Amino acid sequence: MSATLSAPARRGDEDGTPDASRSGRKPRAPREKLMSRTAAMIVMVVSCFYFLLPVWWLFVSSTKSREQFGSTNGFLLADFNLFQNIGDLFAYNDGIYLRWMLNSVLYAGAGALIGTLISAMAGYALAKYRFPGRELVFNVVLGGVLVPATALALPLFLIFSQVGATNTFWSVFLPSLVNPFGVYLARIYASASVPDELLEASRLDGSGEVRTFFTIARKLMTPALVTIFLFQFVAIWNNFFLPLIMLRDESLFPVTLGLYTWNSQVNQIPEIRTYVIIGAFVSIIPLVIAFLSLQRFWQSGLGSGSVK
Amino acid sequence: MIRKNSMRIAALGVLSALALTGCASNSGSGSSSAAADCAPADGKVELSFTSWIPGIDKVVDLWNEKNPDIQVTVQTGPNGNGGTYKNFFNQLEAGNAPDLGQIEYDALPNFRVQDGLENIAACDGVLDSKDQFIDWTWNQVTFGEDDAVYAVPQDTGPMAMYYRKDLFEKAGIPVPTTWEEYAAAAETIRAQGGYITNFPQNDVNWFAGLVWQAGGQWFSNTDDAWKVTLDSPESTKVADYWQGLIGDGLVSKVPAWTDEWNNAYNTGSDWTWISAVWGANSISTGAPDTSGNWAVAPMPQWNAGENAAGNWGGSSTAVLKGSKHPYEASKFALWLNTDPEALTALNQEANLYPATKDGLTLPVLADGVPFYGDQAIYDVFADASGEVNPDFTWGPTMTQTYADVADGFGGVLGGSGTLTEALETGQEKTISALEAQSIPVAK
Repeated sequence: MSATLSAPARRGDEDGTPDASRSGRKPRAPREKLMSRTAAMIVMVVSCFYFLLPVWWLFVSSTKSREQFGSTNGFLLADFNLFQNIGDLFAYNDGIYLRWMLNSVLYAGAGALIGTLISAMAGYALAKYRFPGRELVFNVVLGGVLVPATALALPLFLIFSQVGATNTFWSVFLPSLVNPFGVYLARIYASASVPDELLEASRLDGSGEVRTFFTIARKLMTPALVTIFLFQFVAIWNNFFLPLIMLRDESLFPVTLGLYTWNSQVNQIPEIRTYVIIGAFVSIIPLVIAFLSLQRFWQSGLGSGSVK
Repeated sequence: MIRKNSMRIAALGVLSALALTGCASNSGSGSSSAAADCAPADGKVELSFTSWIPGIDKVVDLWNEKNPDIQVTVQTGPNGNGGTYKNFFNQLEAGNAPDLGQIEYDALPNFRVQDGLENIAACDGVLDSKDQFIDWTWNQVTFGEDDAVYAVPQDTGPMAMYYRKDLFEKAGIPVPTTWEEYAAAAETIRAQGGYITNFPQNDVNWFAGLVWQAGGQWFSNTDDAWKVTLDSPESTKVADYWQGLIGDGLVSKVPAWTDEWNNAYNTGSDWTWISAVWGANSISTGAPDTSGNWAVAPMPQWNAGENAAGNWGGSSTAVLKGSKHPYEASKFALWLNTDPEALTALNQEANLYPATKDGLTLPVLADGVPFYGDQAIYDVFADASGEVNPDFTWGPTMTQTYADVADGFGGVLGGSGTLTEALETGQEKTISALEAQSIPVAK
């Protein structure tokens, strides 16, 4: 979230320069240029500040001992206890927090990986093969984009109850694989970036359809796939409602649900408050890493999807 | 604060989802209450128990060691209104509810009305255990019905007054024993720059505890119809009193359970807190700099010489509808909530204050607490526990009622309206909520 900010900000700034000089009349151009640049900078700085402030608060609070947390200013550092706090967090309740993080990584990582593959194959098929009902299928998928995942949680719970599979790893993992928006992106991108001629050529050379997809189309679609992966990773990581409804066993919780559970116990056991805050801080680190390392792909993927 | 608010929003989402799904399955007030047969099963039994009490798995382990034939698995989740109640209703709908669930007293009527509780009166030892429990808790789990027990009381929250002994002594203010003296002390304290206490917007159940002490109640259930009395004379009396303190600027108005609130106590800006027994731990963690300076006295009284007390919080262990093993489940619930070893463990793990009469004299509750100047504070609460009006009844729509009254309270703290008006609005909205669920209302 915070990581994405700097990238568009930089781009917006570069774009602003040629735009202003092109549209402005000649005598007034330099002044307008300066003004619009300053205005853009101010907007960027303010919004950057606005988005980073909570993260800063979270970081600062994570470094404080319980006594200082209540008695010192929330935005200023006091004694640095971050590593002590993290140690306590990992030790509390037999290290259940680490288990939750692992679960989240598993749900989000494996879920997004398989989900991306499914989306890519579906999108590719919808873009490159002609078959009756193709548009109908695509429109149904598009309709799926409009249905919020939250609205499906309860029906899913009742369905999983029928087969006795609630409160299992699969009850959260399987629904997470489905991503209609990913199918949409993959179709748009595949039709734009995978030339039919190339597919024809590979067919002539004797490559099977599956092999063509994995060796040629997949490589051409990589930027879109990274975008889909990131989207889905974040969506699964932040998905809270489905695990809340499905899971009862603490050892299956993803980190979001675990932290929420702790937070709801704060009134009863005030000590947990510290763990909630440090836990929240630690839980955003994997997301930040994912964004920073895949940022470049993310941008180009988004851009190419939107132009078409 | 941000975090807490988002939790509220999440809770609200959960609630509205509940409203959407709840209507379909709900058919008026509960079904027949005749106690079903309750026979032990042959062979080994496995029970599931959902509770959000931290560390309760360790207490359940004690049971599992001693009872190889009745093994209990603990399931957990967020606190009741945070999602677990909603989950219970979903599971009841799907037919896979746990055998046992933790339900707070103020949520029990909702489960009763939606027929989510098993009547365990016929189970071995349940009716006989009545005398072990504090009178008012037993009424909470029977709803006054004959031959019916729907849950086993677990813990309670008798109320008293936490106060800064050092500050009161220094200022030469006698510890208030009546609400009149409390208001007088509030003025003296304000003149010295402090506040006597804080008025929380969202702790409506705290306010209900004060009404409870004043002898009032918000709901009653007669002839299968609910009577809503948020605007009863006792309720209005309490509201007028606090309205006076708020209007004169004698109480602080920070949101409870926030850093700001902790800080008000930690820096000595707020001098007292009328709160439940479990609040002892909230102060000691929230205001660590004031260690040793606090003491506990009984709640101020409406009439000098009385000893009335209110109650804030507490929960029960209920056997949920559809459990195949009510006999074993109630056996476990009785052990969990009456056995001295279990009660001691619950107190040590999660600060639970027992609902049994014998539990109040547990050795673990006898010692002085250093944070409170080595005062044996639990003696005060044990006395208060016996003075709680046994006839208080919660309604089936408490979450909604709390939310509506809290909205009104928020307006008052912001400077518009009065507490009485907030209660009147809550009254109206509660009646329409009951009617919307086709629950009969007595006018």
